[in-house]
Amino acid sequence: MPDDTTDRTALLVMGCPKVPVQTSLVLYLAGRMKKAGIRTIIAGTPSARQLIRVADADSHYITEMRDLDQVIGQLADGDLTVSDSYIFVHNDAGVSYAASIQSLTHAPTTAIIFGEEASQVSEEITFPCRIIAEPATHNPMPIRKKLDEVAPWDV
Amino acid sequence: MGCLESLPYEVLLSKISFKEAREFLARFPEKYDVEPGYKMFDIRIIGVPPIRVAVDGDAILFPFTKPCHGTFLIRVADGHEEIEKLRALKKK
Repeated sequence: MPDDTTDRTALLVMGCPKVPVQTSLVLYLAGRMKKAGIRTIIAGTPSARQLIRVADADSHYITEMRDLDQVIGQLADGDLTVSDSYIFVHNDAGVSYAASIQSLTHAPTTAIIFGEEASQVSEEITFPCRIIAEPATHNPMPIRKKLDEVAPWDV
Repeated sequence: MGCLESLPYEVLLSKISFKEAREFLARFPEKYDVEPGYKMFDIRIIGVPPIRVAVDGDAILFPFTKPCHGTFLIRVADGHEEIEKLRALKKK
């Protein structure tokens, strides 16, 4: 961790891990957040978390991971407050989770939309939310480039 | 977080979109809108707000969303306690 830490808490919410780019992008974003001194909580299903845990066994990029259902409950009960959220979305369920997180946190929310149907999925976003979308499945670079342009770790 | 498996439930529709669940529930005369995170049978309801749930006699119908499997429309036959909670919520 850097010497200077911020008072920000960012929430990264993983969807179903079946599209390969997700794990790579979550690690990238978490790593940039960590480097910037931002407390970052990664939430996901057990399988999505295991992919992260194995890829970053020594926690070079991640700081904290929690069960997705647990995080939803904590946000709903007021036991967890976050300053910004990043939801990884590639299907209709992901849109539902993004809407729920936006509603529960009342904080800036970004939907990072990928997969072959990224364009159609983007059209389902009808709530206040920044959208970063690319039809990426195996190559994370187009979305990484867009993340670098937005640079949420610098805000 | 509760588990759906602990309930005597029936799946009416599976792997549908959230919008399809909302449209299906519109046909029931007694229906309520709840916010994401609303707790029902110890389960947190997920969806694009407002989330529609419906009452059919003593049964309660609601969308249940999982990241990898999409949305299911669930019917729990004995939903008396949860139905009363919803009715009380509407009176507020």
